[in-house]
Amino acid sequence: MGMAADSEFHVLAVDDSIIDRKLIERLLKTSSYQVTTVDSGSKALEFLGLHEDDRIHQNTPSVSPNNHQEVEVNLVITDYCMPGMTGYDLLKKIKESSSLKNIPVVIMSSENVPSRISRCLEEGAEEFFLKPVRLSDLSKLRPHLLKTKSKDHCKEQVDEKPAFPSPKQEGKEEQQQSKNNKRKAMEEGVSPERTRPRPNGITSMV
Amino acid sequence: MDLVQLQRQLVEYRTSLYHEGFLDEQYTQLQELQDENNPDFVVEVVSLFFEDSERLLNELTKALEQQSIDFKRVDAHVHQLKGSSSSIGAQRVQKVCIAFRNYCEEQNVEGCLKCLQQVRHEYSLVKTKLESMFQLEQQILSAGGSIPM
Repeated sequence: MGMAADSEFHVLAVDDSIIDRKLIERLLKTSSYQVTTVDSGSKALEFLGLHEDDRIHQNTPSVSPNNHQEVEVNLVITDYCMPGMTGYDLLKKIKESSSLKNIPVVIMSSENVPSRISRCLEEGAEEFFLKPVRLSDLSKLRPHLLKTKSKDHCKEQVDEKPAFPSPKQEGKEEQQQSKNNKRKAMEEGVSPERTRPRPNGITSMV
Repeated sequence: MDLVQLQRQLVEYRTSLYHEGFLDEQYTQLQELQDENNPDFVVEVVSLFFEDSERLLNELTKALEQQSIDFKRVDAHVHQLKGSSSSIGAQRVQKVCIAFRNYCEEQNVEGCLKCLQQVRHEYSLVKTKLESMFQLEQQILSAGGSIPM
């Protein structure tokens, strides 16, 4: 069982592929997160409580039909390539929203396109995962979540092992860590350090 | 066949699927996500893959039958199939999809039709093999044994 802190974290996963939704859900639950999955960017925004008009919630589970974000979401993980609103569009909308901009966003993509990756990171994505996503990738989420949730646990996070690895992941992390640092945008000399977002004033949240 | 023989047969069969490129490391990742609390995870994901692939193959057939082929549409379907096959570790299907997308980009009808045939073939092969493997697993479980890793 993971640390008590983990089960307090609620991740919203967005992917138009039913297979990938099932996969990411299992990965996240194995990592002891609470998970909600939706199949589009617009449904994600609805769930987050952002409405462009006065649309009433339809059948989004565990959210009562009003315009305020009832359920707290601590992180959004989204596929890049989706019909309609792409993951990038969703990222932009979240970062442009005063109520949502501090929610960390992670992008997933099956395609390793360096310009795509930089664009997402520049727009404020915390991480960019290549698909298929592995358990070891998810260990990178915890630092971003801890930053937003608790001031006490706020740490300067880099590419090291997270502070509270759960028992299941320790073995895997050792093996996968260096492999995964290379899995992101290794073409054209984009180093792991450069794929981190530049500090732009997002410090620990109140 | 007794339990030990069944288990041995399963391990051999599964190993051969990796050697022949039907499955890759991602399938192992799926197995590792399965546990006592989620004992049917792999079968569930793979079943979703079967349903989704059949839908996509039908869409592809229709799209390539059109008088004026919409290659963007064809490519979008292949992209989906490539993604889902990659997610479950169906390596040979994924590889054909890569070639398929290149033909889409070139707007090469013949190439696309050839790939459609190939991807159908690879899909049906991996489906048959996975189903055989699941059957073996079920036999082992019914005989009171556990699935060797």
